[in-house]
Amino acid sequence: MSTAARPVAPAASDERSGSPALVVEHLTKRFGERVAVSDVSFTVEHGEVFGFLGPNGAGKTTTVRTLGTLLMPSTGSAVVAGLPLMQSNGVEIRRRISIMPETPGLYLRLTVAENLRCFAGLYELPDAARRVARALQAVDLTGRADDPCGALSKGLRQRVGLARALLNDPEVLFLDEPTSGLDPVAAREVHELIDGLRKRGVTIFLTTHRLDEAERLCDRVAILSTTLRTIGRPDELRRQLFQNTLLVRTVAALARPEAVFGGLPGVESWHEDGAGAYAVPVSDVTVAAPAITRSLVAAGADVLSITEARHSLEDVYLELIDEDGEAQGGRR
Amino acid sequence: MSWTRIRAIFAKELRDFRRNRFIMVTMALMPAIFIVLPIVDIFALPAVKASSTLDRRIGISLLYMLIIPAVVPATLAGYAVVGEREQGTLEPVLTTPIRAEEFLLGKALAVLLPTLLIAYAMFGVFLACVRLFAQPAVATAVFSGQHVLIQLIFTPLLASWSIWVGLAISARSSDVRVAQQLGMLANLPPLAVAGLLSFGVIHESVTLALGLGAALLLVDALGWRLVSVAFDRERLVTGKST
Repeated sequence: MSTAARPVAPAASDERSGSPALVVEHLTKRFGERVAVSDVSFTVEHGEVFGFLGPNGAGKTTTVRTLGTLLMPSTGSAVVAGLPLMQSNGVEIRRRISIMPETPGLYLRLTVAENLRCFAGLYELPDAARRVARALQAVDLTGRADDPCGALSKGLRQRVGLARALLNDPEVLFLDEPTSGLDPVAAREVHELIDGLRKRGVTIFLTTHRLDEAERLCDRVAILSTTLRTIGRPDELRRQLFQNTLLVRTVAALARPEAVFGGLPGVESWHEDGAGAYAVPVSDVTVAAPAITRSLVAAGADVLSITEARHSLEDVYLELIDEDGEAQGGRR
Repeated sequence: MSWTRIRAIFAKELRDFRRNRFIMVTMALMPAIFIVLPIVDIFALPAVKASSTLDRRIGISLLYMLIIPAVVPATLAGYAVVGEREQGTLEPVLTTPIRAEEFLLGKALAVLLPTLLIAYAMFGVFLACVRLFAQPAVATAVFSGQHVLIQLIFTPLLASWSIWVGLAISARSSDVRVAQQLGMLANLPPLAVAGLLSFGVIHESVTLALGLGAALLLVDALGWRLVSVAFDRERLVTGKST
């Protein structure tokens, strides 16, 4: 069964005006004394899939709820789908966006189609029947339209939630932990749906703490831990945080590794990483890799591999979150 | 204000009620209990009483019938907001363009419609029993006085009162059971009036009926606005105050 999102009508956006889909400036949200989100700023362009990562309690859902006008910011400002974030614009902003909460919150005694028809009414969609049919088709649930939502699996309910979020062709689609609690197969289906939407150019704001999900789906990611820790493309973040390292493996341990790696152009240092394995931090891979290869051959080493160390988004995330933990520990 | 959005909530609620067996059974059983007392009371009335005494006794008996529109919607209205919140269905609705006033009016109308149907149906059963089985003079007195008119007018007014109090409690409560129990307290003022009339502390009159009717109409009209103001999206979504 293919779960790739099928075309729905193009979003009525202000893309032509060139303004970003989301502009957030110094956004802060407090609940009494507790600061949930502090001084967060970022922009999301039209058609971008923007990942919002962070541990539990980092403020991801609060940010989504604030941008979705469910909460009003304590300080700071935002422009959502072309409209300044303020109470008087609440109805119009909510008309232009969609939010899929972590749990889809379906009416379990109602059928899938009845749930969607109710929301089509809430969005005042003129051609509700067609929109409902199209949304069901987009998530491959046409055959389950008359099933009560209470009879669906968690994965299918999540797909109904996604269909509901697509009903109004949103300019910005907020997905709050869309695969939370799903088994790997159901999660993969949701990933495929999101990937399909991305290919169609839908702007998606995706909160998650699943780093594989963010790495696979997102054009850019922001890492939040009450404050915004970093923002950028996953590969940019890796470059920012981690030095380039070449991993060298030989059949036997080198007799004099210092003679092989020492003083080579582009090589900054080296250390053994097990028997016949060496990690070599370099300033420029294109300069260092050929020099290391020549030096190894000259030393008569039997080379198994020379590869670039690949840091995952998880490494980036853990590095930043660990820094936060250490900073908080230091303060304590 | 959008009637399309109000209709969407109204239709959804009615569908949900219809498929909830517990709600259907409760709605059907509770009024049946309240209809017994006035019927027994009317049947026990001797036809020989003076017409003013007869009229007063009939009026007091019929007051019990007015408990039906006050009691039936209390549980449903108490559940309406906090119940959705506990089920996790409130947040998705609040992410749509719906306004608090529209959401609440849709909910209120969805509770009002079955309440009126049940209350008027019960009154119909009561009138049929009176016509068929009561003393002819008593039956004539029931149909000829202003009793029928008062029932028809006060039924929606009392139901609306109960609904708005229930919705207000539901919008501010954090627990369904507490909301439903407090919602039942909405019936205390109408019960107090019924009690005062029964014990002869205040006397049934056209002036009293008009005064109570006007007061209820005002409270019902204000209720919608007041509950809309008390409807705090932020608190309902997060459970926290700003």
